[in-house]
Formats: sequence, C-alpha cells, structure tokens
Amino acid sequence: MNGIIEIKDLHYIYPGDETESLKGVSLTIEKGSFVAVLGHNGSGKSTLAKHLNAILLPTSGSVLVDGMDTSDETKTLDIRRKVGMVFQNPDNQIVANVVEDDVAFAPENLGAPSEEIRRRVDAALKQVDMYEFRLHAPHLLSGGQKQRVAIAGVIAMDPEVVVLDEPTAMLDPKGRSEVIKTVTELCRTRGITVVLITHHMSECIGADRLIVMSDGSIVADGTPQEVFSQVELMRSEGLGVPATTELLYELNKSGHRLPLTALTVEECADEIAKEFGNVRN
Amino acid sequence: MSEIKVSGLRHVYSAGTPFEKVAIDDINIEIPSGQLVGLIGHTGSGKSTFIQHLNGLLAPSSGTVTVDGENIFASKEATRKVRFKVGLVFQYPEYQLFEETVFNDIAFGPKNMGLSEAEVAERVREAAGFVGVPEDCFDKSPLELSGGQKRRVAIAGVIAMRPGVLILDEPTAGLDPEGCRRILSNICEYREKTGSTVIIVSHSMEDVAKLADRLVVFNGGHIEFDGTPEEVFSHPEELKAIGLAVPAATELSMALRRRGIALSPSIYTISRLLEELNALTGGGAEC
Repeated sequence: MNGIIEIKDLHYIYPGDETESLKGVSLTIEKGSFVAVLGHNGSGKSTLAKHLNAILLPTSGSVLVDGMDTSDETKTLDIRRKVGMVFQNPDNQIVANVVEDDVAFAPENLGAPSEEIRRRVDAALKQVDMYEFRLHAPHLLSGGQKQRVAIAGVIAMDPEVVVLDEPTAMLDPKGRSEVIKTVTELCRTRGITVVLITHHMSECIGADRLIVMSDGSIVADGTPQEVFSQVELMRSEGLGVPATTELLYELNKSGHRLPLTALTVEECADEIAKEFGNVRN
Repeated sequence: MSEIKVSGLRHVYSAGTPFEKVAIDDINIEIPSGQLVGLIGHTGSGKSTFIQHLNGLLAPSSGTVTVDGENIFASKEATRKVRFKVGLVFQYPEYQLFEETVFNDIAFGPKNMGLSEAEVAERVREAAGFVGVPEDCFDKSPLELSGGQKRRVAIAGVIAMRPGVLILDEPTAGLDPEGCRRILSNICEYREKTGSTVIIVSHSMEDVAKLADRLVVFNGGHIEFDGTPEEVFSHPEELKAIGLAVPAATELSMALRRRGIALSPSIYTISRLLEELNALTGGGAEC
C-alpha cells in the first residue's frame, strides 16, 4: 500500500525534554483522503503534524512524503512545496497588506512567472470563496475569513497535501463552519489530501478517517463511525463522543438497539424516530 | 457580591468620523449579586464592547453603569475604584503575562491595590488555589508553563484582587475538552466559595448553558434574549437565525420534533433529552 505520506515507527523528543512526545507512530496516509487527527493538548498531534513537512525531524524512525525522506535536507524544499501547513492563529500567518498580495507570497517565492501567479492567486481565492475580498486589507477581515485567506495562500503553492493544525481553535462558530466547509471542498473537489488536527469532535464527522492520539501514540484509527462507536475508549481518553453517539449509546443502555454509527443529527434523529415511531402522537 | 445596573447604554466607535459605528444601543440590564450570567453572541454582536463598560475601560456615549449603586463614571476615583471591584479577564489572557515569576504575576493586581506584603502573599496563595496552580510553580517563569496553566495563572491574577464581579471573555477558547472542563469548574467553585457575581462571555452556548443561572444573548448591538437557559433555548430557530450554534441536544430535539416525536421545546442537555425519550417509552407505549 503506497501512501502520499508514510510514517514508520516515528519517535520524537523535544530538545531538553526527557520523555518522548511521539512514542513510535506508524501511519500511512492515502493520497486524496481527508484524515482528521483528534487528541488532547499534549497528545502529540501537533508534533506529528510538524513532521509532515519537515518542520521537525524524527529522533528515530522515518517520515516519507511522496517517497522523499524528510531527514534528507536536499529534499526539504520539495517536501514543503508538496505539503502546505495552516496554523491556529490566522494573525500570525498573514504577511501582506492586501489579501491578494498575501496569497501571492508563496508562488512569488517559488519564482513563478507573473501570469502564472495571477492565475494561481485568483483560483485559490475563488476556491476558498474569498475572491471578492481580494483587494481588502486582511486585518479587517473576520477570523474565519483570515483563516480562509491563509488556506488560499497555501493552495496557491499547488500542494498535494494540506495540513491544518487546529485551524478553527480561535474562531467563532460561523468562522469554524466556513473553514471546515472550505477544507472539505479542497479534498472533495480538488483531490488534495487533507490532514486536519483538531480537538472538536464535530469537525471530524465528515472525514474519511479519524485518528485519535493520546500520550504520543495512536489509540484509535478508523472511519469516524468506527472510532466514535468505541464510546468507552473515547470516554476513558477524556475526549467523549459527539452528542449524537452519546444519546444513542445511553438509549441502548435502557434496552434499545440503535446503531452508534448514526453520527449526523439527521441520521441520528432518523434512527430514533424509527425506534420511537410507535409513540408518535 | 456586587450588583450591576446598566441603563440606556449606548456606545459609538469613531463618532464624528466616516468610520462611525454604533456598537451597542439601548442596553438595559440588572445583574443581581451572586448571579452567574452567560453572555452569548457571535463576533461583532457587541458583547465585548458591553463588558468593557462594566469596569470602566470604555465610557458610554450615553447611558449609565452603576456598580453597587455607584455610577462608575461619576468621577476618576469612582472609575479607578471599579477596576478593583470588577475584574475583567480578557480573551487569551495568557498573552498578558509579563512578570518574571508566576508569583509576581499573580501579585501584580493586589500590589497595585496598595496591600501589605503579607496580605499580597495571602491573596496570591488563595487565588492560585482557586484555579489549581500548585505553589511549587510560584518561582517558575510563566513562560515555562503549558497553555492551560498560563491561562489559569492569568485568571488567578484577576481573582487575587477579590473582585465582587468576575468577568471572563471566552475563558475556554482554544483549550482542549479537558482544559475547558477544568477552567469552568474552577470558575464555578470560585463563585460558590466567594459568592461573587460571575459573567462568562462565550459564543459556545453548550459550555455556558450548563452552568449559568441566566443567559443574555446579544445580537446586532442589543439584547435579543434574556432569561433562564430553558427560556432562551425555547427559541432554537431564532437563535440559529442570528448565527448562534445551539447546543447539540437542542439541535437533536428539534430534529426529533420535526419527525413527530413529542418532546418539550426547550431541551438543552443530553441528560434531559434522554429522560424525556425514556419517559415516552416508559409510559406504556412499548409493545
């Protein structure tokens, strides 16, 4: 099985630390998939993310991006072109005074010809639905808009993988859903591989695959339905499960047999309505 | 321990310029001593502008704010006094840590109040206790702490002034679920032990609904809803229409009601939803 990212027995210790932040993580990420990584602060999820484009290098083990070893310094630039990163705080990622200049920053640095830059910038801004704001000042945008500009800046590099490290942590509910919608579309319509690091369970529901990290290791890995069905595990990790799963799980305790895989509100309501249809009034 | 009364409050930013913007208008609210209020609204709804009036950081364009019966803008002294009475914890307060040690950072407020060294030390220990910062951290640099710990130190710095009103702007933003739970339970405990009035500003109804006695919903610069969580959540459609995320339990019960299941309209916790669903089958309807 060949993935766009292949991680083998990855260990990492931060300089000066005594304990490992990653304790032997092995993971293959399929090209074009949408992978969510869920975990507490300190679980190692951000440390893992930073290995995906050679911001951090393994203490031992290996990370291959499209076959290139991140430890090979001659490949660092190629790897960073393939894997773009978006961070938590949108204000720390904006460098220019005009939205389109900000998005043009990376392709300019790559030395692309100016017509090509224009084309990429316009396409990227349209992709994140910020084209009409291209001449605005970024600092006057809302958090969700800024974060979408940051995403446009990354996709203007034409990466194959976009890694987002808690991109919604500082946003309000509206900004949050804008960003998640944008990220999902990136994967579904452009085939970009998306790795979304988050601690919001609700943001994982639309992913192809959900990986749960705890204390430097992967503790669960599967579709969101498979992972969230493991209610006891998720609770013992202190992460809990989405309200839909929780409700179904608790109802099953009183003798119902509802599928825990009905993750969305509508699916969950459908299942309960079927079961409770006989008490309809 | 302190009560707040706001009447006819209006604030205009950049008045008289082309950027003039009415941020809040016609705000009337009384918050009795000891109440825990959840202040909800999306970005730009005016909630942050509002709370900055409660401890005199912003002066009203018109209207009055009184704390314990005193108009806080009556004189410079009155405004200074209210800064100690109403403690404001900003969003991401950990960015404001600046002292060399945790102890000194927490001590900054009480020192400014002109308290004796012994009294300051006593306040620091008490405040650190409330938020679960262990004393062996006191000599560390705040920069050595984790994000969650930093935030607790920043909150302790405000609590150390023993404010009668504690206002927290998005105290859980950016924290993981465990960090959220801990901060919120620290705040509840603080309120129980001191009887302080507490205002939590949030755009997450989910967190606040479970704790608050009262929810105040801001929209477009005015108060849209004001009541118990139950009263406020009995308007789920309106809340969604103004861009607020209603609790998942409310969302689920709305979906179930649409499917003809008889549930009350103001459910906002999973346990309540579970109770009602179980009551439906327990009521003899099961075959």
